[in-house]
Amino acid sequence: MTIEISTPLTEEKVKELKAGDKVLLSGVLYTSRDAAHKRMVGELNKGGKLPFDVENNVIYYVGPAPAKEGEVIGSAGPTTSYRMDPYAPYLLDKGLKGMIGKGDRSREVIESMIKNKAVYFAAVGGAAALLADKIKKVDIIAYDDLGTEAVRKMEVEKLPLVVVIDCKGNNLYETEKNRYKKI
Amino acid sequence: MREISADIIAKTIKEMCIEANCYVSKDILDMIGKYKEKEESPIGKGILEQIQQNAEIAKNKMMPMCQDTGMAVVFCEIGQEVHITDMSLTDAINQGVREGYKDGYLRKSVVKDPFHRENTKDNTPAIIHYDIVPGNDIKITVAPKGFGSENMSKIAMLKPADGIEGAKKAILEIVEQAGGNACPPMIIGVGIGGTFEKAAYLAKKALLRPVGNNSAIDYIKEMENELLDNINKLGIGPGGLGGRTTALAVNIETYPTHIAGLPVAVNISCHATRHSTRVI
Repeated sequence: MTIEISTPLTEEKVKELKAGDKVLLSGVLYTSRDAAHKRMVGELNKGGKLPFDVENNVIYYVGPAPAKEGEVIGSAGPTTSYRMDPYAPYLLDKGLKGMIGKGDRSREVIESMIKNKAVYFAAVGGAAALLADKIKKVDIIAYDDLGTEAVRKMEVEKLPLVVVIDCKGNNLYETEKNRYKKI
Repeated sequence: MREISADIIAKTIKEMCIEANCYVSKDILDMIGKYKEKEESPIGKGILEQIQQNAEIAKNKMMPMCQDTGMAVVFCEIGQEVHITDMSLTDAINQGVREGYKDGYLRKSVVKDPFHRENTKDNTPAIIHYDIVPGNDIKITVAPKGFGSENMSKIAMLKPADGIEGAKKAILEIVEQAGGNACPPMIIGVGIGGTFEKAAYLAKKALLRPVGNNSAIDYIKEMENELLDNINKLGIGPGGLGGRTTALAVNIETYPTHIAGLPVAVNISCHATRHSTRVI
């Protein structure tokens, strides 16, 4: 079954999403990956402000390719999420409700997701031209010097995702692998 | 002695960087189609379908198939009867990479220093492997490598007593650990023998062999098929979300080694195993 949802992601919306659900996500989300996460959490530790309010928002782990003239953005598929694991619990504690990436998450992140009622979506790794097609507007809002790793505000329309870890900690990476394992 | 201008090499490299990033090769696309037919997981089937659609959009719009357009790995076989003029060969290759990544709107992912991490902003330097061969041609392969899968690669320095069974076990473990992080369906490049660095080089080179083309050595071919079969029983599936299609191919390259050693390197790659080859 495919569920259409839009941001901001309230706790009520998050609670309805179950591991295995196919989702088409629309609305505003923010991009951040390795270097931007390091900087954002550095800011929090200093008592500073984040470049955007993470509360009820979604972060897409992506470092897009440059846009050609006339295009909104270049190819923009998910990057591997585990590299953001050391930082994610800080942002979840600040109210972050959704993360988009690929690959499994650490025990600490999953526990923080359960505590803070958040959801983790996977986009198809490598399907970067297809995903770019669903991105309608992009603005760099912070850390311009980081190039592809700068924080971007993005408007998406029907971004195809799968709920892989829900707010109860159900993890598709474990359950589905076990279902098909024959060795 | 045949003279070749470095400018021609730079121009060729530029074109190959763009082509390699925007076209999924036919052998890989065909194999994805075959596996999609057999895939038992509905989610997995859907992911393979998205990969097919993505390849179509990338080709039509000349957009990179994956936003991680990689670090440019360049294999150069230089005929010993060739004299390169106008610029150093290394400078020419890097110039080609610089222009290709700029004009092709490819992502610049290379940082100057592994700790200070300042982006070089032009995706140089490339990783270049030179090989001097007989003849008066230059054969160049550009293989941009993304790091989602590169990060999951490993080398195991086994003992001679571990033998074939030990090597198979090590390879299977490395692939299982890579799991969904390496963007399955994967292509598994394996280098066995040589020294520590030779095995890693062979594993990278093994990725260039078209999927579906087995080793010419009978027992290695058997090993490739057995490993592929077992990898596809791990359940990891497309995107790591469960299913039969975990790898499209296991390509093994071997080399003589030392009496005391058995290096086994595994270079993991995703369906975006890009490579473009030309002979000048």
